[in-house]
Amino acid sequence: MESVNRISGMFLRYVYLHKRSLPRTFEIMFWPVMELLVWGFVAVYIQDVSKDTFSKIAVSLINAMIFWDILYRSQQGVSISFIEDIWTQNIVNLLISPLRIWEWIFATFLYGFLKTLIITLILAVIAFSLYHFNLISNLHLYLIPLVFNLLLFGWALGIFTSSLVIRWGHAAEALIWGVPFLIQPISAIFYPLSVLPPWLQVISRILPSTYVFEGMRAVIQTREMPVEYMVTALLLNLVYFVLGGLFFNWMYKQARISGRLGRLGMD
Amino acid sequence: MPALLVETKNLCKVYPETKALDNLSLRLNRGEILGLLGPNGAGKTTAIHILLGLLAPTSGEVKVFGMSPFTNRYSIAQRLNFSSAYAQLPSNLKVIENLTIFSKIYGVKKYREKIDTLLGLFEVSHLRNRLTGALSAGEKTRLNLTKCFLNDPELLLLDEPTASLDPEMADTVRKALKKIQKEKNMGILYTSHNMPEVEEICDRILFIHEGRTIAEGSPKDIIANFQSQSLEQVFIKIVRSGDLIWKKEG
Repeated sequence: MESVNRISGMFLRYVYLHKRSLPRTFEIMFWPVMELLVWGFVAVYIQDVSKDTFSKIAVSLINAMIFWDILYRSQQGVSISFIEDIWTQNIVNLLISPLRIWEWIFATFLYGFLKTLIITLILAVIAFSLYHFNLISNLHLYLIPLVFNLLLFGWALGIFTSSLVIRWGHAAEALIWGVPFLIQPISAIFYPLSVLPPWLQVISRILPSTYVFEGMRAVIQTREMPVEYMVTALLLNLVYFVLGGLFFNWMYKQARISGRLGRLGMD
Repeated sequence: MPALLVETKNLCKVYPETKALDNLSLRLNRGEILGLLGPNGAGKTTAIHILLGLLAPTSGEVKVFGMSPFTNRYSIAQRLNFSSAYAQLPSNLKVIENLTIFSKIYGVKKYREKIDTLLGLFEVSHLRNRLTGALSAGEKTRLNLTKCFLNDPELLLLDEPTASLDPEMADTVRKALKKIQKEKNMGILYTSHNMPEVEEICDRILFIHEGRTIAEGSPKDIIANFQSQSLEQVFIKIVRSGDLIWKKEG
């Protein structure tokens, strides 16, 4: 019960931010909507010039764009929430409170999930209105495991980037935005895995996101998804979660030895 | 309940280029206000960060409520609180929102009434619906103190709590602090550069310089020992010849 109280306190902390700031709320939607507009019209164009041949590719592109945004936003949900308390010099108040690190991270998951849900709904509505693209009818119930695995991987990445911030403070801020783009070219998001050179495919196969995007294309092409895709993605996500937790713990200890922990938000 | 709240023995913190703490030993009892004094860079914040579990010492022992702040951080955190000029509440939230969040984090029962009482005590009730970022420095300080008392702490670590207050408000805050401290029999570790304030509020003082203890005792005893008229004179003597004094005493 105490944990629920603390998690709800932190969840409230992030929700209150949006009550106070219209630009912040607007910003959540701005970039995903802009990206959808660009990629959506590219897909419409491909569909027009190629008729049936490439129509499934066009559908994949819009789907991939929405899925990429889910992955990116869930990672940002964790990391930005973390850094928000550094920006406002509130982090020491939290670090000296009875709030457990896992409770804090869990609250950022919930907040990230809520944000992702809202953005995905908005994108789905826009995609349906402008391009007659129906996310649900394209992916059916496969949508649930696909999105779930993306959220998990985004959260694991969020733990990893937050660890860097805990250790290096503001100096590591750029990595919050940069790390997801490191995995973008090798996650087979907008093109199939087979496009990558063999040595890059090996790296790509250790990312859960690759199996999600390959699975998504399989559903669009064949209306079916190989179960092993989702099982592999889930297992890899578990590994990344454990590694992320260990890495965070290690960075936290390092920050406590170097004195960085107490100085977070002061530089 | 045990009388001893904080105990450190031969605490050292060494960074690659500097020694921030050099065998610092201190004790703080329940119901006592201990002033931790020293010039900038003396090691006060380092000592406080170690007590809060934010910084690992290089060597030495540290016990808060008889426990290590590194292995029992959460049990300790529930029973203490901290206020400092460099720890602010989120400026983009309202006062009442910030206090509600921290009430939930500390598991405060009947938190609405508690918040109202504390806001009244620190004379900031009229600010409850104001944006924290719009408060003056003095109002922010009082808000930080309000947050500090939400969990009825047995131990309070205050790093220059009245630094940005005008003399009248600083007096109000000191009186409020003293009142709650007496009522709750709380231990307070207090740092300040305002020597008259320290003389007024602290039962005992620990002067540190370059991480080492220079002098310890009641304000009166320290003034007498240093053959000075006031703590301010003692402070200046220590800063100007701290190393020398330590060697003589040591």
